[in-house]
Amino acid sequence: MANKLESTFLNMVLVLTIITCIAGAALAGVFKLTEEPIRLSNLAKQKVALEAVCPEFDNNPLEESRQVEVNGVQATIYTARKGGVVVGSAVETITKKGFSGEIKVMVGFESDGRIKGYEVLKHAETPGLGSKMQEWFSATDRPAQSIIGKNPGVNNLTVSKKGGEIDAITAATISSDAFLDAVKNAYDAVQLNTTAN
Amino acid sequence: MSRVKLLTNGLLKENPVFVLLLGMCPTLGTTSSAINGLGMGLATAFVLICSNVVVSLVKGFIPDKVRIPSFIVIIATFVTMVELMMQAYIPSLYASLGLFIPLIVVNCVVLGRAEAFAAKNNPFDSMIDGVSMGLGFTLALTMLGGVREFFGTGKIFDLTIFPESFGALVFVLAPGAFIALGYLIAAINKFKANN
Repeated sequence: MANKLESTFLNMVLVLTIITCIAGAALAGVFKLTEEPIRLSNLAKQKVALEAVCPEFDNNPLEESRQVEVNGVQATIYTARKGGVVVGSAVETITKKGFSGEIKVMVGFESDGRIKGYEVLKHAETPGLGSKMQEWFSATDRPAQSIIGKNPGVNNLTVSKKGGEIDAITAATISSDAFLDAVKNAYDAVQLNTTAN
Repeated sequence: MSRVKLLTNGLLKENPVFVLLLGMCPTLGTTSSAINGLGMGLATAFVLICSNVVVSLVKGFIPDKVRIPSFIVIIATFVTMVELMMQAYIPSLYASLGLFIPLIVVNCVVLGRAEAFAAKNNPFDSMIDGVSMGLGFTLALTMLGGVREFFGTGKIFDLTIFPESFGALVFVLAPGAFIALGYLIAAINKFKANN
């Protein structure tokens, strides 16, 4: 094209500088615009997870959180209270033993240590196999594979192949094992927290 | 080329996935269900339309030797915008596509159209080309996602057609993407040969 700028050094530097400046400004604008909604949607997601796993509470567990380190991973403990009395807690933690990458879970415990519920927050397990974690271990109509209502301090929550009492997901023993490891991390974090108090 | 022809070009005759075989990474990676394919297709289409228009507007000011980096910066800007917007307003879709959104930057469909079409045509035609290619890409990804979801889990758009236990899991996994894509391309070629 005749009217095209020539590829002189000055032209190239100028054009690239101008383009990146405009791009930067545009992105800053969009970032400012979306910063608040993103923060809110992340908070909402955490709140939904908390409500799903915890016993009924009336405080804001997000404000009563504590970081602990357990078995080499980070865990965040949220305390749930009703009328000022501790009714249970939720623990957000990970395991590094997943089939592909980390598995992030939130596990809710009653005050006596029984598992109330859990949410798989993030994982990269095989779709259709390991990804069934959310449904598999919460199927209360199948006691052999469900962890709901069980207490990791009393029950042996490992896969049956390792002598435990939980049936692993069919064809996904590694994922199942990893998931149960995450649950154990969560339980240990609660224990650590209560003894520390 | 007439504008109508330009608009239908990307749907079948030069469909970016089935005919040009561009953008295979997101095509194979994100199409485990119809809704994921649709989401990814629309996100790419948005980027494609915006980048085509902008590239076409600024083509006179960009020296030839730095045109590729310039295009990449423009495309990356739009991709990041899509990512932020999606994270803010459709978090559920972001949760399943999040990993693949930044990869739109290196999607050959987007850069390919900027280089092959937008850099040589006026903004309006470039926009039409973006719409056409974007829709073609969306169509292809949705079809592929639908086929994989149907054979893998017995559902289409989460609507159960037959029980999940009869599904062939392989279709949801990576090999199924290749198999399904291969048969779809064969079917499209057959269809084109008959016309």
